[in-house]
Amino acid sequence: MVKIGTPRPARPADISVRALVKQYPGTSSPAMAGVDLDIAAGEFVCVVGASGCGKSTLLRILAGFEDATAGQVTVSTEPVRGPGPERGVVFQDYGLFPWLTVAENVAYGPRQARLAKREVTARTERALETVGLSRLASSFPQQLSGGMQQRVAIARVLANQPAVLLMDEPFGALDALTRSSLQRELKRIHRETGTTVVFVTHSVEEAVYLADRVVVMAGGTSHGNSGYVREVVEIGLPEPRDVTGEAFNELKRRIDRLIHLPNATAPAPRSSGGVPVAS
Amino acid sequence: MSTSTTAAVSPPPTASTAPAGGERPRSGRRPPWRTWLLAVPVPVVLLLLWDRGVAGAWTLPLGIQMGFLPEPLQVARRLADLAFGGLVEDSYSRTLWIHLYASSLRVVQGFLLAVVLAVPLGIVMGRSSVLFRMLEPTINLVRPIPVTAWAPLSLLIIGFGDRSTIFLVFLAAFFPVLLNTITGVRQVPQRLLEAAAMLGTPAVQALYKVVLPAAVPSIVSGLRIALGLAWVILVVGETVGINVGLGAMITQARDQSRTDLIICGMVVIGLAGFLADRLLVLLVRLVAGRRPLVNP
Repeated sequence: MVKIGTPRPARPADISVRALVKQYPGTSSPAMAGVDLDIAAGEFVCVVGASGCGKSTLLRILAGFEDATAGQVTVSTEPVRGPGPERGVVFQDYGLFPWLTVAENVAYGPRQARLAKREVTARTERALETVGLSRLASSFPQQLSGGMQQRVAIARVLANQPAVLLMDEPFGALDALTRSSLQRELKRIHRETGTTVVFVTHSVEEAVYLADRVVVMAGGTSHGNSGYVREVVEIGLPEPRDVTGEAFNELKRRIDRLIHLPNATAPAPRSSGGVPVAS
Repeated sequence: MSTSTTAAVSPPPTASTAPAGGERPRSGRRPPWRTWLLAVPVPVVLLLLWDRGVAGAWTLPLGIQMGFLPEPLQVARRLADLAFGGLVEDSYSRTLWIHLYASSLRVVQGFLLAVVLAVPLGIVMGRSSVLFRMLEPTINLVRPIPVTAWAPLSLLIIGFGDRSTIFLVFLAAFFPVLLNTITGVRQVPQRLLEAAAMLGTPAVQALYKVVLPAAVPSIVSGLRIALGLAWVILVVGETVGINVGLGAMITQARDQSRTDLIICGMVVIGLAGFLADRLLVLLVRLVAGRRPLVNP
């Protein structure tokens, strides 16, 4: 079901991460090291891993909120330098502007881009329609439920027609029903827009349901080493995916094992120290 | 000290109006007239005590001699004459509005000057830790000096007249606005700035597109405190070298031992301060429309 006029990015971006290292000031070892990752344009990639493995750090570096200590990060061959509207971010806690209405929140990006008034209105309406919130356009965020607010947050970045959608545990704070309906909507939005999606989650099921490929990260300062990519799992299940199916659960089990595997295969184990440092 | 067993105390509202039978009062939402009724007895009792105290020439602790006070009715009469004339008919008749206007003008000028300087300064101090560390010690050294202590100096360095009073009002209003703005700015969630950045907002623009609106609730409470203090300082600021103004009127009345006029001045300043606060809140509401004024 492709709606006419769903906002499409000018060009979905490919992402390339090379030898990425992130070390926070005042810590003895990097929070994340030796991360290499290639994401094709239009691909839906989920990043999973235990707490502290650096999956959110990776996303925040892609977003430009944090600088890499070493290594290269490029989006559409452009090195990432700070945040920008071509990389839309959806946060777990929404990050909506409470003094703006739903429509004003969504129109913020297009206005910031100094688009013509008519184009701003058109994009806002399309984005709101995509997430099914047209009739709440003049509400304020605090009047909406968590699921509704997250829809607004998604519409807000869609209005910018981003080349990449970066999502940091976006459904983590929502109840199970809202969560699954938003997952279905996100799949639909991804299909319609063709945007590249990088989706961080701690739910393996969510990752297997959503992703084309799942990046499993491991390690982290709480394990006495740095976070790294343990494996990238190709999902390759047909759509629509059956979460109760045999193949689905086999993939889930495999990824679960990868997450909880002991640390022996870490590429850069740290023998000394081992003092857990919160990142 | 004569303590009287005030016979004229009006009884507190009885519970006879309590809803009967199955009718249940909705919790938290009482009819407004009951709130009004509850507010009435205390001022009535105070007025009666005042009246009896003057008539009986009571002496209260700290040597308060109530015999020197005018009766409430006398004050009311004087106040009506100050405003509209026709009752006492002396040089003070119908002068209230002139004084009130002059004072309001000084309050508004000093207050606006403080807002125009303190809000932008508070925003940059709240965002820049370098500026904050540069300025904060100086501000906290100057701030504890009471504005009343500035009054004699301001007379000497500015001179008699309006500008000296406006300066004192400005000083009184400046610090609450500044400190509340800094607090509000520092409480703006980092998340909102990240959201603005990824939607394409340059850092400088984020100051007025995100930081300022997010800090508005805190700034508004600073404005309200400041406006209250601005009226407080008026009595001191208009003591010397000023002929027109509520503070000046009180000073003249004191020189003539006119307690009724002094109390009239006190009442009017209190009312003006109260009304100014209401007006400010109304103005904020008008500007904000139906936007929620909550801390994000």
